[in-house]
Amino acid sequence: MNKDVPDNKQFKRRDFLKIGAGAAAGAGLLPLLKYLPAEAAAGRDTLVVVIGNGPNSMDIHRKGTNRPSYQVAVNIYDRLVTYGRKKLPDGNVMYDYQKIEPELAESWSFAPDGMSVTFKIRKDARFHDGKPVTAHDVKWSFDRAVSLGGFPAVQMKAGSLIKPEQFIALDKYTFKINFIRKSKLTLPDLGVPVPLIINSAAAKAKATKADPWATGYLHKNPQGGGAFKLERWKPGQQTVYIRNDEWKSGPLPGVKRVIVREVASASTRRALLLRGDADVSLDLPPKDTKELTSNKKLKIAGVPIENCIHAVGLNLNFKPFADVRVRQAMAYAMPYQKIFKAAAYERGLPLWGAKSADPAGTLWPQPFPYDTNPDKAKALLKEAGYAEGFKVTLSFNLGLAYWTEPTALLIQEGLGKVGIEAKLDKIPGSGWRTKALVEKKLPMHLKNFGGWLNYPEYYFFWAYQPKRLFNSMNYNNPKLNKLVDETLHMPVGSPGYAERVKAFIKIAFEDVPLIPLWQPYLDVAMQKHIEGYEYWFHRQLDVRPFKKLPKQA
Amino acid sequence: MKGDSLLLIGRRLLQAAPVVMGIIVVTFILTRALPGDPAVFFAGPAADEKSIAEIRASLGLDKSWPEQFWVYLQNLARGDLGKSISTGQPVMEEIATRLPASLELTLMGLLLAVAIAIPLGILAATRPNSFVDHLCRLVVTIGVSLPTFFTGLFLVYIFYFLLGLSPAPLGRLSIIHISPDHVTGFYLIDSLIAGDLEVFRAALSQMILPASTLAIFALAPLARMTRAAMLGVLSSDYVRTARASGLSSRTVLWVYAFQNAMLPVLTTLGMVFSFLLGANVLVEKVFAWPGIGSFAIEALIASDYAAVQGFVLAMALMYVLLNLAIDILYTVVDPRIGLEG
Repeated sequence: MNKDVPDNKQFKRRDFLKIGAGAAAGAGLLPLLKYLPAEAAAGRDTLVVVIGNGPNSMDIHRKGTNRPSYQVAVNIYDRLVTYGRKKLPDGNVMYDYQKIEPELAESWSFAPDGMSVTFKIRKDARFHDGKPVTAHDVKWSFDRAVSLGGFPAVQMKAGSLIKPEQFIALDKYTFKINFIRKSKLTLPDLGVPVPLIINSAAAKAKATKADPWATGYLHKNPQGGGAFKLERWKPGQQTVYIRNDEWKSGPLPGVKRVIVREVASASTRRALLLRGDADVSLDLPPKDTKELTSNKKLKIAGVPIENCIHAVGLNLNFKPFADVRVRQAMAYAMPYQKIFKAAAYERGLPLWGAKSADPAGTLWPQPFPYDTNPDKAKALLKEAGYAEGFKVTLSFNLGLAYWTEPTALLIQEGLGKVGIEAKLDKIPGSGWRTKALVEKKLPMHLKNFGGWLNYPEYYFFWAYQPKRLFNSMNYNNPKLNKLVDETLHMPVGSPGYAERVKAFIKIAFEDVPLIPLWQPYLDVAMQKHIEGYEYWFHRQLDVRPFKKLPKQA
Repeated sequence: MKGDSLLLIGRRLLQAAPVVMGIIVVTFILTRALPGDPAVFFAGPAADEKSIAEIRASLGLDKSWPEQFWVYLQNLARGDLGKSISTGQPVMEEIATRLPASLELTLMGLLLAVAIAIPLGILAATRPNSFVDHLCRLVVTIGVSLPTFFTGLFLVYIFYFLLGLSPAPLGRLSIIHISPDHVTGFYLIDSLIAGDLEVFRAALSQMILPASTLAIFALAPLARMTRAAMLGVLSSDYVRTARASGLSSRTVLWVYAFQNAMLPVLTTLGMVFSFLLGANVLVEKVFAWPGIGSFAIEALIASDYAAVQGFVLAMALMYVLLNLAIDILYTVVDPRIGLEG
């Protein structure tokens, strides 16, 4: 402090004033509108992506790692296997959950008894520091994924991978997994971002007694062998990837460098895209997306998010909803079309209005046999003894206000028409999980759940079986539970599979504890000359397939 | 006399100690009273009871409040503000990189506002009900009635989107520039220290729109206060005497009137600075500015205790210093005021 205090009696008042006035005048002369010329758009080798929220860690196994961080796992690390791709009728490309393809593993074979699988690891694969990838790295990485607890452990468990004893490095290039049960989910689960292969030697060098899995180190220093290396990471600002030219696990990416910038405001992201300063924009709200579809300079890839539904949950512990007729009445009272227009901006697939009460195949999600029909709703309510209607609280997650708020308002209006008075209850994002999913006390609520593994029984396991986290409706139907248990690990196409799936979907139709509204799109907007975008179930940015063509005049 | 001043400043800082202590206690309790459970939030939607319990233990949230507070105090004494779980970085590091970003922007906005508001206020006061006075009123009304995020988006729309004059609103530096070595955290200063004029110009050009947004918002109180204070002073006896004594109108205006009108303006300046830091949050969102405001909001939403506590503490310390600085400036502007008061 004392440096600032002048030596003489008091601060020099007059001098100070002169300085102050001078500074003010100087500021007035600042070249207010003299800017550098707008930057030339980044070259063909560099892809600029703007995103609403960026990674908060380079380590997907760490506690508290957010969803945008999964892109790091995808781009910087390899897994043993990946998925194939398929082209959709509208020209978009998406991963194919039915095709498992090699990534770090060259090949694999199941034991004759079907209780283990053995992988041969690619001999030419190298980590970014040049060390060869071995079965010991795979073993260490898998052990880490099941040992650190939290989300990675839960995801591994979905593939029946629960303990380190299951993983064995037979020799340098042979890796074996012993199963605890035969499950069709095990192999697909190895292709999700979690079971990535870490450079174990580099990580172990930084491990300590208190931190045997080197979480402190890998949080900031990814040690992988994937298609991209990390060039720079400024949390909250940007992540820069640079291509790993030695990558052997797949075709070499089309761009050399990828800059992922975090821009919180959707309007600013839209402006950046329209001005051509950004090549790709993620996280666009449906309203912006809809308005951009007519723009000739841009293209929008909208792919329905697999196994994901925006829906209304009816809690069976709330007395009126215990009656199936009331639940059906609610399904008839929903203003589906209005919601789809005003809340979804038509960026999705309708999930109402099926003609038949029988499911159309094993596809999930599929339209339910309900439509907006207030008269039918009133008749059902009368039958159930609620001719005068009732009062109910409709809760929704403020963290997803872009769709929950308009939806809730429209539902409130629709329910008013059949005599049900709905009170809206906004719950902040941080409190949502506890209130909706853990305590399961919200009588009526808006929910979205999507499963990574794209099987109807996987969705029903999480959302329809009793006591499961996403069964916020307290729904319990022994017949449905049995069908889901039977199909969960059964290979698709085995005898009896399709019948069972159709049977539990039919139960969901009739019982409607969950009223589906629409299946949302994952929308990504990009410049016309950007090619190669692929939709992946993890819904995060996979930059590997992108290509940048010369700009057309 | 020098010793006296130092003693007074020291005493003022000592007086701030109980305030800071109080803030530490209150923020600790308030963060724990926030709705939402951070362990549940960070465990992710698919987590089970076991993994939530593991996370709760690793965050130290399984301990009782007094125990947690004791641990917090011990860490604080070592200068450790804890780790933000939402951004994954030590809170100290976050504040060290983000606070300068916010301060630089806010100071720039304030500087712009002062440079426009004070001359405008003086002109309006010397020519009441003239064209300039009406203009001042108009500018001020517009500035204060437009919400900052709207002004921000509007400026982006005009100067970036339509005219292409301004660089892309991508935060402190455009994609092609690399930030200067960290010395003060103020890019304008750091780039000059590094002698990199190119980065200086880039940083300045990134700053003009967001700083103008803040300046437009801050114009109103400063211009109105300058005008009011000047009007009061200009009609005072000593100004009349000065005029009667035949002093040039320039001398009267600057030496006698303006200097005496500075005091209320200075008070307003302190207040404006503090609410500009608040208004920053929305401007940061629009311009992708990696400042402290958006960090604090995210932390609040996620019930990120360490981050919220660190933020409030940093802000509290800053206000203590700001108030002290303003008080010292008072004594400079008006020798009648002592630090004692």
